[in-house]
Amino acid sequence: MPVPDALEFFIDPGRCIGCQACIQACTECDTHKGQSMIQLDYVDRAHSTQTVPVVCLHCDSPTCAEVCPADAIKRTEDGIVHTARKPRCIACNNCVLACPFGVPKMQTEMNLMMKCDMCYDRTSVGLKPWCASACPSQALAFGTREEMARLRPHAKPVNTFQFGMQTIRTKVNIMVPRDSAVEIVDVTAAIHEPTIGHEMLDDVFEPGPDRGDA
Amino acid sequence: MIQNQRGLEGPQDLDHGTTPPDGRPIGEQPKWRRDFPIDWAQDEYVSRRELVKFMVLTSAAMVVGQFWIVVKSAFRPPASLSPGLPIARVDELSIGGAKTFTYPEGSTPRLLVRTGAASFVAYDQLCTHLLCPVVPAFDEGRLHCPCHNGWFDLQTGRPVAGPPQRALPRIFVEIRDGSVYATGVEESTT
Repeated sequence: MPVPDALEFFIDPGRCIGCQACIQACTECDTHKGQSMIQLDYVDRAHSTQTVPVVCLHCDSPTCAEVCPADAIKRTEDGIVHTARKPRCIACNNCVLACPFGVPKMQTEMNLMMKCDMCYDRTSVGLKPWCASACPSQALAFGTREEMARLRPHAKPVNTFQFGMQTIRTKVNIMVPRDSAVEIVDVTAAIHEPTIGHEMLDDVFEPGPDRGDA
Repeated sequence: MIQNQRGLEGPQDLDHGTTPPDGRPIGEQPKWRRDFPIDWAQDEYVSRRELVKFMVLTSAAMVVGQFWIVVKSAFRPPASLSPGLPIARVDELSIGGAKTFTYPEGSTPRLLVRTGAASFVAYDQLCTHLLCPVVPAFDEGRLHCPCHNGWFDLQTGRPVAGPPQRALPRIFVEIRDGSVYATGVEESTT
């Protein structure tokens, strides 16, 4: 049974409090074999408590499946990209390296790539994914677009991303400020900014006073 | 559904849900991309598990079917001792003469052969090889199937030459008051 079209997934990093409830809840999903598929990114840990939960965005043209040499990664009719099919996956890590969002995880003990499948056992019967059920601040939310517009008057959903030359449209939405002009989220925009914790490393390797804002 | 929405958007992939990154229609894509679609519905390869499941279930169904046949034949009701159906008068046939009849009503054609002054035999007329009608070859004491040159013994119905492997089903007949009655059909022994 496919996931209902009306129900969509919304990520709102601005609401994330870094409690890791989603990570714990994710392991409870029956299709995840006890593994957590969520990654909680710390944006700049030395200076900020800001965290970003990363679930699979379920691309329209999934790069992980494009690069799979074993034809193991499949998408169902509702647009959900699933964990690699166990009989086919050769644990080559191509998908792990190719995904613009760093979603696929290689489970070396199983020789299987596993990834967020939006808790397919739950969403395909109309329930919320575990992470969206557990998230106390609803940074991960699952519902209709109208519901989201009513609950988040200051945010709007965006589902187009830029990764280098590649434009990616996704099934999952990310919330941006409603009055901002952002229509496309550039995944690699921060790549030219100083690395996280750079001051500390700079101190160790090159204690010059002019290295701070490289 | 993603697939249907795409189908409405453009004519490029009505029967193929996968949209390649460059957006060109699927017909213009390299062969490997057409061979390995991303969408589950277009994936035609049978997985190992599906093959094993199919083979196990098919084998199990055949085993169950065999047992069902055994049980069914064990509970088959015995041939009814019907009062008999008159099929011919004795003086209607000369010795060596033959006549077709049906018994019970609506059956396949049966063949009655007079083999002596007071002896008749009757068999199903359909050859047990490929269901051609057999004809009596009285002088040789046999029944002949001309299709593939099959031969049956006239007295027993057993195959004696040619392709048939099984005996013709026998019809029991008896003579009462100058008439020949069919009284039963021999159960198949094979």
